Amino acid sequence: MIRTDRIFGVVVILVALAYIASAYNLPPGNIFDKLGPKVFPIIVGIGMALSAAAMILKPDAEPDWPAAKSLLSLAFATAVMIGYAYALRPSGFLIPTAIVAAILSFQIDPKPQRAAIIGVGLSVGLFVIFKYALGLGLVALPRALMG
Amino acid sequence: MELLSNLALGFDVALSPLTLVLAVVGCFLGTIIGALPGLGPSNGVAILIPITFSLGLDATAALVLLTSVYYGAMYGGRISSILLNIPGDEPAMMTTLDGYPMAKAGRAGDALVISGVASFVGALLATIALAMVAPFLARIAYKFGPAEYFALYALAFATLGGMASNNQAKAALASFIGLAIALIGLDNNSGFYRFTGGNLHLADGIDFLVAIVGLFAVSEVFIFIETHGKSSAAGVKLGKVTVPWAEMWSTRWTMIRSSIVGFVAGVLPGAGASLGSFMTYMMEKGIAGEKGGFGTGVAKGVAAPEAGNNAAAGGALVPMLTLGVPGSGTTAVLLAVLMTLNITPGPTLFADRPEVVWGLIASLLIANFVLLAMNVPMVKVFVKILMVPPAILLPGVTMVSFVGIYSLSGSYFDLVLMIVFGVMGYAFRKMDIPTVPVILGILLGYQMENNLRHAMTLSGGDWTYLFSSPIAAVLWVAAAAGFIAPMFLRGVLKRPPVPDSANED
Repeated sequence: MIRTDRIFGVVVILVALAYIASAYNLPPGNIFDKLGPKVFPIIVGIGMALSAAAMILKPDAEPDWPAAKSLLSLAFATAVMIGYAYALRPSGFLIPTAIVAAILSFQIDPKPQRAAIIGVGLSVGLFVIFKYALGLGLVALPRALMG
Repeated sequence: MELLSNLALGFDVALSPLTLVLAVVGCFLGTIIGALPGLGPSNGVAILIPITFSLGLDATAALVLLTSVYYGAMYGGRISSILLNIPGDEPAMMTTLDGYPMAKAGRAGDALVISGVASFVGALLATIALAMVAPFLARIAYKFGPAEYFALYALAFATLGGMASNNQAKAALASFIGLAIALIGLDNNSGFYRFTGGNLHLADGIDFLVAIVGLFAVSEVFIFIETHGKSSAAGVKLGKVTVPWAEMWSTRWTMIRSSIVGFVAGVLPGAGASLGSFMTYMMEKGIAGEKGGFGTGVAKGVAAPEAGNNAAAGGALVPMLTLGVPGSGTTAVLLAVLMTLNITPGPTLFADRPEVVWGLIASLLIANFVLLAMNVPMVKVFVKILMVPPAILLPGVTMVSFVGIYSLSGSYFDLVLMIVFGVMGYAFRKMDIPTVPVILGILLGYQMENNLRHAMTLSGGDWTYLFSSPIAAVLWVAAAAGFIAPMFLRGVLKRPPVPDSANED
């Protein structure tokens, strides 16, 4: 079964067409800027579509995607990191970092106790290094608590 | 004589206490980064860039720190190759072939010492060659106009893509995706916004540091979650480390030959350190013949690839500094450093900012001696660090990536974008689409477009202008050859399989 390369190729071609269409609406060049802002993006879009087409015509062997369970844990890790991105400003550094580091550690090596210790250790250790050794302006705790 | 006065200027800059401290710290961190499987020179340098900038170091200091890390990582990669049979980074792959058999035979110490000295010889000769070749190339580069630069960028994509991938279509696709990403945001020439979809966060474009850290560092954590860090097998014990003088002396010609070949491989755009170590190992294997015993644990088998890949690392700096075109993934990352510091690499760099160029070269020379000291007498320290389990290392790397990017912009949007690039990097690695051309596209896209527009405006819209000068024509021919030749050579020069834990150099 050769599917991944073909599916991805089709997705890329659709994106490339949208890209070209978007570039097409940009204004044309003038005497001082012969090509203007539209020509190079159109070339890039065409290049993208052509190489994707080549990939569809001559796909590689199917990559060894992980089993559904692994994919689920990868999706979970992604969700956790995105949550971290949003939590970092309102909740300060220490608490979200400890939680996320512990979850990632547990996902790599499922030992709950050790993962918890690693999470807290990394959070405190990195905070000390960044804040005091490197002088970055990190906020330790939720803003509400810091007044 | 010009060389000596330039070097004197360089040492004047490099011998300041701050620069020396940074070189030592960089070498230390670099060796650790190189030694740890899962962290190679490119992602190691990548996660350190944002932090370096938040420290407010000036251009020379930042460059010295990061290039010391780069050189250090090239030294460190061999440690896990020899002790664990896992290359710490991709260029160290060939070192496993003889290094691990030596370690299994109880000669881990000998292998580490010989490969450390070979790294030193390779890196030192390459740095000297860099100092001699780079100003010469910079003088040629003065003749480059927009058409030549456009052709040069095409050459970089063609050869890097051609070499770095098993499938030409995928390498080309990766380059175009990178270029497409580079064009997002405000077009400075016309004042129009492109491809932002009305999103204000995208108005300034996508910061290449976000893309680099995502593609190189965050993607790594996904790989480790999937494999549960299984690749970190138990290693071989390291006994007493002594210097096997006689055996080392017997590898002297191997080291020198490999340094020369490695340097040349490094200068070629796209070839990089992995090819350097591969070519030198194969060359020495051929010279030694059947009786050489390559693959069973011989000293020359660790000396050749280590001299080769360290020389290539120095060689790769030549096109990066003189032309602004990186020869490998890590030099692409270093180019990002220069661009963030508002330093435009290229011929004018040598004339306008000699203190940056020569300070860098001088501190690379110093870094080499520091690295020799760290990697031969003090190698046991790094062997201890190597035992850090991935369950600590990878979460740590991820958190450092987040803090680094966050401290640059303070924007959650950049963090989310970084995660998106991380997912993309994971998927691309699964699909065997190289990520280095994506980075190269994001880095060079803006200049590539500007040179094309400039050339077309000069010629009044005549496309043949791009091929009209002899230099441009040669570059286009080389680009076509660099892209097409690997298709035919692939059967002959079969690349060894890349373990999952290794990275693009």
